[in-house]
Amino acid sequence: MIRKIFFPALKYLILSMGAFIMVLPFLWMASTAVKPPSEVLSWPPEFLPRHVTLENFRTVFATAPFVRFFFNSVAMATLCTFSVLLTSALAGYVFAKFRFPGRTALFILVLATAMVPFETYMIPLYISMVKLELVNTFIGLLAPYLIMSYGIFFMRQNVLASIPDEIIDASRIDGASEWSIFFKVIFPMLKGSVGALSIFAFMQTWAAFIWPLIITSSRELWTMELGLGMFQYRFTVDLGPINAGSMLSIFPVLLVFLLMRRHIIKGITLTGLKG
Amino acid sequence: MNRMELQKRIFAYSAVIPVVLIFAFLRVIPIFQNFLYSFFNSTVVDPMQEFIRLENYQELLKDNLFLLSLKNTTLFALFVTVFSVGLALLVAVLLATRTKLGGLFETLYFLPVITPMVPVAVVWKWIYDPTYGLLNYFLSLFGIKPLGWLVYPDLAIWAIIIMSVWKVIGYNMIIFLVGIRDIPDSYLEAATIDGGNKFQVFRFIILPLLKPILLFVTIISTINAYNVFTQVFIMTSGPQGAPGNAVRTLVFDIYENAFRYFKTGYAAAEAVVLFLIVLLLTLIQLRTGGKEK
Repeated sequence: MIRKIFFPALKYLILSMGAFIMVLPFLWMASTAVKPPSEVLSWPPEFLPRHVTLENFRTVFATAPFVRFFFNSVAMATLCTFSVLLTSALAGYVFAKFRFPGRTALFILVLATAMVPFETYMIPLYISMVKLELVNTFIGLLAPYLIMSYGIFFMRQNVLASIPDEIIDASRIDGASEWSIFFKVIFPMLKGSVGALSIFAFMQTWAAFIWPLIITSSRELWTMELGLGMFQYRFTVDLGPINAGSMLSIFPVLLVFLLMRRHIIKGITLTGLKG
Repeated sequence: MNRMELQKRIFAYSAVIPVVLIFAFLRVIPIFQNFLYSFFNSTVVDPMQEFIRLENYQELLKDNLFLLSLKNTTLFALFVTVFSVGLALLVAVLLATRTKLGGLFETLYFLPVITPMVPVAVVWKWIYDPTYGLLNYFLSLFGIKPLGWLVYPDLAIWAIIIMSVWKVIGYNMIIFLVGIRDIPDSYLEAATIDGGNKFQVFRFIILPLLKPILLFVTIISTINAYNVFTQVFIMTSGPQGAPGNAVRTLVFDIYENAFRYFKTGYAAAEAVVLFLIVLLLTLIQLRTGGKEK
């Protein structure tokens, strides 16, 4: 009897305490973001704001071009997601279904680069950008995120698992060209994995930090993450606006996550993608 | 080769070659260039100004900041991995049976994984605030005096470790959950019928079967931890670097040398060291992972 009650109770106690720690920073951020300045720096800290205000959000928009940062991030993440999807689906499909000299070598080359952290080759990449005069340009900003090794690997696995050769052959006999087979038959069939990959690519690009930090010099090109990072240095004492800015940066990602939780977790577990 | 075969071949090459070229430009060539530049005295404009053989590497061995970074990063990687893998395993075991409430817990634990690093680093910085921070408030309830979490170098690394463990637990948990749920129920039932208690089932059934996944998660965590940058940059330094520069990590040192002091070749040599560490870890994973199967 004791075992039946005690162990589940202990289990949920541990899990709840853990979950509380997981969520607390987010709640604290939200609470700080809507507090008036007089309440932010109070001792002991007040968990709930006494007066809810949107003043901090107004300050954020007034002191830094956060609208600009937001749209830069949206544009960058969207373009890179499309590019990753197209290149991954195309290359994944070809690596899975076509035989040609050099296939294995090229695939291994793509896969091997997946293991190499970006930080170990960002210096030469930056130098290439200097030579091409792409420093502090939008193209330079998004270049490294246009492709994803794991994406190609992931799409190849999915093509192998879910697309039978017969379907491709049948379309060929119907006289469809190879390109139209890819766009009209294969791509729609990969809907589920395209969904998982697109969410992942979007989030990864959105969270990018070190590359935007080194490649941009003018504020006009800053992303949400970089803008927030710089903003919090300059206004160290204005915790209300800083947390309001953080809320703005988290919001799109959180929304996508809560809407598409299953897809995201599936994508991550299938490929061991990094979060 | 008939016409259809030829068309297939043409399609395959015309689809793959552009992708591979982009890959070469954005990944493969820079990876090799980084090795090359590390043997040169170089600037951003002229990365191969003067060939100096191993001088950059010899410098590194005498560079106290680099050695400190290497030490900090290793310590960071070690503790983040140990704690995040251990705690994630505990949570995964507790959540192994699927329940409605369990699904909610999964989501909550996973939340920090999907959030970008900058905003969470910002809020943790606020939690660690020495005067008004939430953490010092909680500690004060137990009679502990306020601590300068991000100010004292000895403490700052722990502050970053705690925050980083918080950030990655959910990822490790999800991978463990998949592994545990893949274990056939019949194994667990058989063990329970044989009179094994919960701990024994974990120790003698779940843990051995989970070993390859455990290894995978450990290696991935270590590799990711070695690349730590964003939270250090946000929480312990200013855009001008020093004086609040309490925790120097490898990538931070690379960043400063390359993009603040423009010692490009020198920073490239540091990046080679990072590359070799990651390579070593990957090889361990490939070798032992291969053996398991």
